[in-house]
Amino acid sequence: MGLLTTIDYQNIFTRVQVRGPDDLGIPIAKGIYERGTTASHNYWFGKIGDAQVGPFYLGVWGLLSIACGIIAFEIIGLNTSQGFKIIPPLSQGGWWCIAGFFITVSVLLWWTRMYRRAKALGMGTHVPWAFAAAIWLMLVLGFIRPVAMGCWCEAVPYGIFPHLDWVQAFSIRYGNLHYNPFHAFSIVFLYGSVLLFAMHAGTILAVTRYGGEREIEQIVDRGTASERAALFWRWTMGFNASMESIHRWAWWFAVLTPITGGIGILLTGTVVDNWYLWAQHYGFAPSYPPVNPPVVDPALLPGAR
Amino acid sequence: MSTQIKSSIRFGTIAAMSLGLGLLLAGCQQNPPEATQQNGYRGVALEQVQSPKILAKLAEANQAPEVVPPGDRTGPRASQVYQNVKVLGDLSETEFTRIMVAMTGWVAPGGVSGSDEGQGCSYCHNLNNMADESKYQYQTARRMIQMTREINSNWTNHVGATGVSCYTCHRGNPIPSQTWFTGGGHPKNLADGGGWMGANNGQNLAGKHVGRASLPADPFTPLIQYAETIRMTGKTALPTAKGETIAVSERTNALMNHMSESLGVNCTFCHNSRAFAEWKDAPPQRVNAFHGIRMLREINANYLAPLNTTYPATKLGPEGDAAKAYCATCHQGAQKPVNGAPMLGEYPELGAPRP
Repeated sequence: MGLLTTIDYQNIFTRVQVRGPDDLGIPIAKGIYERGTTASHNYWFGKIGDAQVGPFYLGVWGLLSIACGIIAFEIIGLNTSQGFKIIPPLSQGGWWCIAGFFITVSVLLWWTRMYRRAKALGMGTHVPWAFAAAIWLMLVLGFIRPVAMGCWCEAVPYGIFPHLDWVQAFSIRYGNLHYNPFHAFSIVFLYGSVLLFAMHAGTILAVTRYGGEREIEQIVDRGTASERAALFWRWTMGFNASMESIHRWAWWFAVLTPITGGIGILLTGTVVDNWYLWAQHYGFAPSYPPVNPPVVDPALLPGAR
Repeated sequence: MSTQIKSSIRFGTIAAMSLGLGLLLAGCQQNPPEATQQNGYRGVALEQVQSPKILAKLAEANQAPEVVPPGDRTGPRASQVYQNVKVLGDLSETEFTRIMVAMTGWVAPGGVSGSDEGQGCSYCHNLNNMADESKYQYQTARRMIQMTREINSNWTNHVGATGVSCYTCHRGNPIPSQTWFTGGGHPKNLADGGGWMGANNGQNLAGKHVGRASLPADPFTPLIQYAETIRMTGKTALPTAKGETIAVSERTNALMNHMSESLGVNCTFCHNSRAFAEWKDAPPQRVNAFHGIRMLREINANYLAPLNTTYPATKLGPEGDAAKAYCATCHQGAQKPVNGAPMLGEYPELGAPRP
């Protein structure tokens, strides 16, 4: 039955749903809009998170953000294109600029809303700043780097397949983005985030039976769950994070993924034109022994046509 | 129900779902197993991934036709025996007849179905007067023979000693099945946007000739017909001059997609994928492909595109251009067209004109 227990234990769905009176939250200062006053419960939401839905708060910033987002979405959906001048004609990329403007405004407004909601609840602003790291990458791709290069045509097009093809074309144009050290940093933090996420979530689930989910109290008052988890990691890798440090590690790994990625994109084309040649020059990437007989560019040979 | 039975049911359900998912995913891959051939230094993924099933199908589809028995090279020249022989006049009478018989099988064995364009000899000839030039097919065939001889004598850096014949492209069809027109088979109004609607720059269309990518659907007009630049990767580590745009890069990618699909090979057949632009570490096949692109530019410009004034309007593309050749026209999915059958060796009549 060991296997069956494991299947039950590793289930992606929550095993406990708490159903009490509606939790409408702490009192907060009045804004133009009132926070909603009702909440309901949904069994299926409870399977993956909190079963309580609401109360809602959209507010001025949220409404404006959604309005701008819808405008951008409609323009992209009805009319996608790519432009070449500062203010190009509508059919030659003007729509791209307009859509880009609205999606950027929408995202920035949503950031403002997040920041203000965190403040209103007396929280720290870790989540908005993490979101800002992602916005940094988006701004580099769609605004800062194209401006630095002097051409909107350097920006990412909107659309699922167009943006994937852009990534491929961009990488080859600039001599293989994998040889961009900041791309490498970004990958390290991305995969590191995944690893930390799995390690942390696995650890906490594994000591839940000892009260391990009370992570914040355990920063200062360890208890047996923390001690078992800590010893487990010391046994397996000689070192363990603390209940506080694991969250700092996770936050910074996540945030550094788009920050380093954005730096790598910003340097591409502006400072480095061919990452492969750059990496070869500075010994960042190895050379390999030739396998085929040497090949010469036929365009350089006499009589080339 | 006891906990144990409940757990057993749950275990059974999960097992069944896993099996179902496995089968579903297995269905995504049409032609397993794949065979991998290593072509580069160990550990750098320079390899060809190919399905033996697909290769077997391709080998079957690319069978060479039966060879017409060779003719006597001596005797009077065709130009002396027949009237109005402007090409192939340097052949002997039997060689000339042999090529005419072979061409009929290569190009018009059964005529065009559902059409009155004739079949066999009558596809090109007026049977009452074989020297009559009036059929457009007759004029086209004359030009195509010149093109074939040009390829076999001046483009050996692409076709080698293998050479080409009419069959390399035609495969028994009066019009080769794989050709391109300007616009990539997509309506023109999508490309220029029409008024204030956004232009799509001829891309984002799941292009038929570029592996269904959203890349430019017709990279052939700029890169083959107008011989615009294919090379777009930065030439120096640090920027020294204004480089090519991403749009140029995407156009090149589209052409490369076409080449990859046409030959049934991965990028690494011709490139060291760590540095696509570098020749130093490139597989030797890339040199052959380089000459192939130049060959296409010349034969399209000199032979195929100018036939737009010869063809009837119904044979022209949406922009009034003649059908043109690209890699797929000959290769048709195979690395070596017609399984590498020695076309020139079997039909030396199609080599350079003899003095």
